[in-house]
Amino acid sequence: MQHTSTQDTLVGLFVAAGVASLFFLSLQVSNLSSFYDKETYTITARFENSGGLKVKSPVSAAGVKIGQVSAIDFDPKSYQSVVTMKIQAPYNTLPDDTTASIFTAGLLGEQYVNLEPGGSETFLHDNSKIDITQSAIILEKAIGQFLFKAAEEKK
Amino acid sequence: MIQFLQGLGKSTRTSFTKLGRATFFLLRTLSGLFSVLPRPRLLLNQLYFVGVLSFLIITISGLFVGMVLGLQGYYILSDFGAEASLGLMVASSLVRELGPVVSALLFAGRAGSALTAEIGLMKATEQLSGIEMMAVDPIKRIISPRFLAGLLSMPLLAALFSAVGIIGGQLVGSGLLGVDEGAYWSQMQAKLDFQDDIINGIIKSIVFGFVATWIALFEGYDAMPTSEGVSRATTRTVVNSAFSILGLDFILTALMFGDD
Amino acid sequence: MDNSVYPQNSLVSVRNLTFSRGDKKIFDDISLDFERGKITAIMGPSGTGKTTLLKLIGGQLFPEQGAITVDGENVHQLPRSQLYNLRKRIGMLFQSGALLTDMSVYDNVAFPLREHTHLSESMIHTLVLMRLQSVGLRGARHLMPSQLSGGMARRVALARAIVLDPMMILYDEPFTGQDPISMGVLVHLIKALNNTLKLTSIIVSHDVHETSAIADYIYVISDGKVVGQGSPKEIQNSASPWIQQFMTGAADGPVHFHYPAKAYIDDLLPSGKRY
Repeated sequence: MQHTSTQDTLVGLFVAAGVASLFFLSLQVSNLSSFYDKETYTITARFENSGGLKVKSPVSAAGVKIGQVSAIDFDPKSYQSVVTMKIQAPYNTLPDDTTASIFTAGLLGEQYVNLEPGGSETFLHDNSKIDITQSAIILEKAIGQFLFKAAEEKK
Repeated sequence: MIQFLQGLGKSTRTSFTKLGRATFFLLRTLSGLFSVLPRPRLLLNQLYFVGVLSFLIITISGLFVGMVLGLQGYYILSDFGAEASLGLMVASSLVRELGPVVSALLFAGRAGSALTAEIGLMKATEQLSGIEMMAVDPIKRIISPRFLAGLLSMPLLAALFSAVGIIGGQLVGSGLLGVDEGAYWSQMQAKLDFQDDIINGIIKSIVFGFVATWIALFEGYDAMPTSEGVSRATTRTVVNSAFSILGLDFILTALMFGDD
Repeated sequence: MDNSVYPQNSLVSVRNLTFSRGDKKIFDDISLDFERGKITAIMGPSGTGKTTLLKLIGGQLFPEQGAITVDGENVHQLPRSQLYNLRKRIGMLFQSGALLTDMSVYDNVAFPLREHTHLSESMIHTLVLMRLQSVGLRGARHLMPSQLSGGMARRVALARAIVLDPMMILYDEPFTGQDPISMGVLVHLIKALNNTLKLTSIIVSHDVHETSAIADYIYVISDGKVVGQGSPKEIQNSASPWIQQFMTGAADGPVHFHYPAKAYIDDLLPSGKRY
């Protein structure tokens, strides 16, 4: 069989480059690295309206991403949206009077959950509930209210 | 009119016959894969011809496609003040679509046509018959190693294409047009999912590699053993591969990214 | 006509073989015998399916009717693995040589050994050089097939065909397109190999002169039928005008120079306008 060591080297280089690209795509390009192998704990919050929030939307505090939304369910009794979040284990000192709000990144950006820590001495732990919440701002509603107000003032 | 219908019926029948032959050929090729494994040398040679020789065209095309995406994406996104999402746009279009599809089309043009011509010429010069008369199964000895090499090369080539393209987009985006480098990468990392995007892209490229290599080898094996027959078979390989890749891409995209 | 001339001592026997391609009958109920240790030639005009016959003997094609037995085994009823075992004992020399173009001369000759035996590389080296020596091409072992002339390619293919020590070699048009010197070399080689290796040879050819020089027995086939058989001398002295024309290569005879057509004068002059 015809073979040379140059050929072997080139095949080796090709396979190495291909595998390196796969690693690059997995680690550098996708979110695999950010949650891979990290422990999390779960907390839930009830919102009147969770707007455009989606599973995997980020959860951040003071602008830093500390977790992500793992489930969004509708509670048929209270007609509220139940948002389950996974928070990374090292951030286990969030006070239990933390406020959860749904914000929008920029005017057209995606929605995310912002946690605003309160002053309590006891902390949130696995399966805790956040009681103080602020729903998503629905753009159409806000514009409607603004127009209504402007009309009132004119009178 | 009757003549037209007769012709239609006849050509339908021939295409079904051909599909049947192709399926039978595929089954024999797949069963021949087991005899490739104990002989890595055969595979290594074919990885060279199928993979390494496509390396250059794939990386260079990937780089340019990424750079064009960076440029076009920037012009569109800057209208909305969303240049920061450039990385996300470049990466998701490459990983989900352009990486697997364009590299598969290039693969069909570069490696697929070469495989068809090689097998077709081996048939025309009686090499396949000769191998068979030496009591060696040409499917096991010639076809299966090439098939396996195509199957293994394609995902690597597609990953290479996407990776180089993303870097190309970054070169143009943050090097030339001044998009923040951190934003380029972080938006991408925040939004691209390993399972949904990377794995699905790899699955696509494996499917494309399977189909493109199958078509190339079958057209060569089924070619008329004349120079004209081989050149026609080579053309058919490129045309049929392109149709199959683009058609399958639609189906796979609908299946993978449909419910989101 | 008595078809079983060597019934007890034949290595290959073809019985009542019928094979057609499309509507054309290539073989129409023919029976042939090939004696052990002899060189038997099949002759006939181009397009009489001589190559097809070799492919039928090798089990690459299946007959419509009739049977072919090689060394007592019916080729077309053998399961795949046994057919492959039988093929290991048959060498075949293709018209083009059919060397594998991506391997050197040496690797081509070593190919059957590497595929079918577990010999060490040094054993393979010895065997390959011995075979190349016997065809006179030991010095060409590093060349690639594209660097060989047609005659050399056929000699390499011959070395490859005998490397597994077969019992029989099938030659497909070994003399076609050769210059007089390589033709002479091939004629000599086929004869010498047959005698020294105790082979049985089947030659398919339409080169009357060379084939008659080495064949022990000749079958002449035309239109799917055996039209003549016997030793070269008997064939040359055959009473049949057709065989006479074939052996001497006369331009006209029972096989007409002209393709069937209507009368020449009718073709030249439009009908009804004969003056």
